Amino acid sequence: MKKAGTILTALAASLMATSAMAGEVRVMWYSDGVEGEVIQDLLNRFMKDNPDIKVTLDNVAYKVIQEQLPIQLEAGQGPDIARVTNIKELAKHWLDIRPLVADAKYWDDNFGNTMDWMRPDGSNAITGFMTQLTLTGGFANKTLFEQAGVAMPGEKATWDDWVKASAEVMKSQKTAAAFAIDRTGHRISGPNISYGANYIGADGKPAPVDVGVKEFVTKLVNWTKDGLMLKETWVSAAGSTYRAAADDFINAQIPFYYSGSWQIANLSTKIGDGFDWVATGSPCGTAGCSGLKGGAALVAIKYTKNAADVAKVMDYLSREDVVKEFSERTLFLPAHNGVVAKGGMNWSTKDKTVGPALDAFVKASAQTLPGADALPAWKWATAYYGALVTRISQVMAGEMPLDDAWARIDQDIADKVAQAK
Amino acid sequence: MINRLKHWIGAALAAPVIWLAMLANVPLKAWQKATGTGGMAVFFLAPNMAIFAVFVLVPFVINFFYSATSGSAFFLADRNFVGTEQYARLLDCGNYLDPSSCREDLFWKAVSNTGLFVVVQVTALIVVSMITALILNREIAGRSFWRAVFFFPVLLSPVVVGLIWRWILQRQGLLNFILYEMGLDTHDWLIESSSAFTAAVAVSIWAHMGFYTLILLAGLQAIPRDLYEAAEMDGTPPSRVFWRITLPLLMPNLLVVVILALIRAVQIFDEVYVLTGGGPGTSTLYITQYIYEVGFASLLRNPGLAAAASILMGAVLVVLTLVQLQIGRRNERKGARE
Repeated sequence: MKKAGTILTALAASLMATSAMAGEVRVMWYSDGVEGEVIQDLLNRFMKDNPDIKVTLDNVAYKVIQEQLPIQLEAGQGPDIARVTNIKELAKHWLDIRPLVADAKYWDDNFGNTMDWMRPDGSNAITGFMTQLTLTGGFANKTLFEQAGVAMPGEKATWDDWVKASAEVMKSQKTAAAFAIDRTGHRISGPNISYGANYIGADGKPAPVDVGVKEFVTKLVNWTKDGLMLKETWVSAAGSTYRAAADDFINAQIPFYYSGSWQIANLSTKIGDGFDWVATGSPCGTAGCSGLKGGAALVAIKYTKNAADVAKVMDYLSREDVVKEFSERTLFLPAHNGVVAKGGMNWSTKDKTVGPALDAFVKASAQTLPGADALPAWKWATAYYGALVTRISQVMAGEMPLDDAWARIDQDIADKVAQAK
Repeated sequence: MINRLKHWIGAALAAPVIWLAMLANVPLKAWQKATGTGGMAVFFLAPNMAIFAVFVLVPFVINFFYSATSGSAFFLADRNFVGTEQYARLLDCGNYLDPSSCREDLFWKAVSNTGLFVVVQVTALIVVSMITALILNREIAGRSFWRAVFFFPVLLSPVVVGLIWRWILQRQGLLNFILYEMGLDTHDWLIESSSAFTAAVAVSIWAHMGFYTLILLAGLQAIPRDLYEAAEMDGTPPSRVFWRITLPLLMPNLLVVVILALIRAVQIFDEVYVLTGGGPGTSTLYITQYIYEVGFASLLRNPGLAAAASILMGAVLVVLTLVQLQIGRRNERKGARE
């Protein structure tokens, strides 16, 4: 039966095959901003210098990366290289290119501090590198604050301070809500940790929902009930579907928006000179003012038929000059230690808002708490985020009380852990 | 000259067919000799049955095996056999009428939402389709145009339908813009549970009513005119004509419409998924979306559980189909007696 099942599923899987043949490298790529065009440009240069390797960039929606790529990987299929954000949970599918890259020491020296994020626990594999480092944080519509005559809260302002000030702007400027946070468990984890939350138990498995989570989530639910948090961002979907509130900020519908550094290029491009905006870092809780680090990684896929060429492409894209150019043109924070150490980034923008915004995120990255820093390399983080967003949305929609939600979140996560056995 | 040319073109086109028929004749004759006339039926049905097996039967069997396994691995051989555990998890409920008392509360929420959706949507769809068919069956100006207008949404992709209505109903959508311009209060149509449900029902009716209207219209046109003329001569009131002539004679078509609409409503997914995403909360989360979310989309992905849920949904659809067959046969027998 097992054999027949394997043959049948293999037949089905073969229909989804997307990896390239020898001499060809397929890259599955999603974009938040202009990075698709930049990487294509960089790859064109690579192909000019390496005419025997054809690199095809498949630009896909983020939803494809989130929903379809994991299925392909479980089937032993997929592209040769992919840009992904769920980097730890899927780490068993990444290819160890340590034996294939030209200089493994270069990789260790320059990407060593983020390598655990994208390899199985205890491994020393080189599976890829972060195309960008991100940090969650806030953005404020400076023009709306000024028009409302409300002073923007300062550096150590708490979430309460920001919501109170934004509420005054909302009333004065008749915006749809005071603020919004993207609909994802990842985005509220920085604030949770700022209120003292700890997701990781002593055994490395998920800890039950604690007072830190309860404190911030209770506030968030109450703010939503009071019409201060933009309700539709969170209740407009079921399950763990991702919803960003960037468009509401871009359309000046909310004076304060909590998202992350990857939005800078998007906001700069779409807002233009529509209004002035600033990056604010993360508001404070009782334990600190922490955002959550993370980012998108470019990883080699284990199921490639063309590992040597994949390693060549990865070697090229991880080169210091290439990473620097990619970061400068995309306005992303680089994850390359050499690029960061040398500094002198020449950001490719005429928008005067961008430089200070990037500086604000760099500054805020020094304020992250240890509990937040541990999450990118923790394999259960995705399960935790999924349970949080699913259940909190139900509370916001009035379908269940918070006390029931805590129990459901713990149960959902426990089910996921049990399923992985 | 032209006739001769036509003859030669016809012969040239027919030649490969004749040649193929002659080629097939030998094995077919041998097959018929060996298996009899019944064997020929098997021969001609075999291609369709093969397609059915590859695209329906085999996936069904694989799905069934998936429902008896757990884990996130794709290949059955790599998955853990857990027997009926997934079904037990789905059916573990304190009170089946209260989803919050169930272990898999989202599954039961989806079941309860789907049940309500089926009852409301199918009833409303049939009433609206019937009224539309009755109107379009009358001698009204531009009848063909109106028939095309009502049928047009059927041609649209469900995703397009969902997107169009989302743009109309969202907070900054067309409907709120019109209300605002008229000085009326705007409303978060897709954010409040009751209005989101109403929107899901209304949009699905808008998208599908053309198809059902067409079936009913065909039935209406098949009713002999002389029955109406006789009723008119007797001075029968229009309502009595409808209940005593139109409705009974339309019953076979109505039955088809009811069953098709029921099955379609149980399977509802695409347009509602695009329109509301299953929200607000889970108030428009229907069973197919639940299966999709659990199997593929969720960060808490569990293909085994999704497979078990789909098998249970399949069982419901089988029951509906059996009811359809039973009622159909009863009507046939009744028709034969009359």
